[in-house]
Amino acid sequence: MVSVQSTPIDVNAAYSSLTENTDADGAAVFFVGKVRDNNVDATVYQLTLEHYPGMTERVIEEIISAARARWSLNRISVIHRVGPIQVGEEIVFVGVTSTHRHNAFNAAEFIMDKLKTQAPFWKKERSEQGEKWIEARESDTLAADKWS
Amino acid sequence: MVKVVFFGQTREVLNTPSILFEEPASNVAELRAKLQLRGDVWAEQLQSGKTLVAVNQTMASDDCAISANDEVAFFPPVTGG
Repeated sequence: MVSVQSTPIDVNAAYSSLTENTDADGAAVFFVGKVRDNNVDATVYQLTLEHYPGMTERVIEEIISAARARWSLNRISVIHRVGPIQVGEEIVFVGVTSTHRHNAFNAAEFIMDKLKTQAPFWKKERSEQGEKWIEARESDTLAADKWS
Repeated sequence: MVKVVFFGQTREVLNTPSILFEEPASNVAELRAKLQLRGDVWAEQLQSGKTLVAVNQTMASDDCAISANDEVAFFPPVTGG
């Protein structure tokens, strides 16, 4: 399930729908990314996420397909917020279920690493220092490259 | 004619989300070069190393061919998640 949405992510509901009627799965791994109140020594007030409607959803589907080709997985959910997001709110939910934990752990990390470097989203940060676009991080590229 | 769309900082600095481009351009490099003639801000923002390109919503390189009615997007490296 892929959702790019401007409404808040309901983590409990996302977990419930990820895991309901999946009795053959012994593992459910999920990652939640949140807006933190600090970045490079500045107090952050808000993020605004922009995306490329159509392409963003398709790239996420491709990342999910790549994960399925690599590991034996059952359910996969990727939910991503767009628009203005306040400190403490969830930006992203990535959930994976599988028979055993290793596949689910690896696939969840793989999906997050690829999402960060391939899915067309752009973050603008409003902090005590004003507004600025976040720049891509070399560490995220290195994290994504380790899967190739 | 192609539709050219911009996102993130590229959209903001160029001050437009999209334009319809009438001049012929056979590939991404040619389109980029023609767009860069629109002014200093365009020349700077659309530098090859600064923006990524997608043609019809698929990542593309400078030698990717462009046809009539394609949608070409220019945007900065992505920062989601």
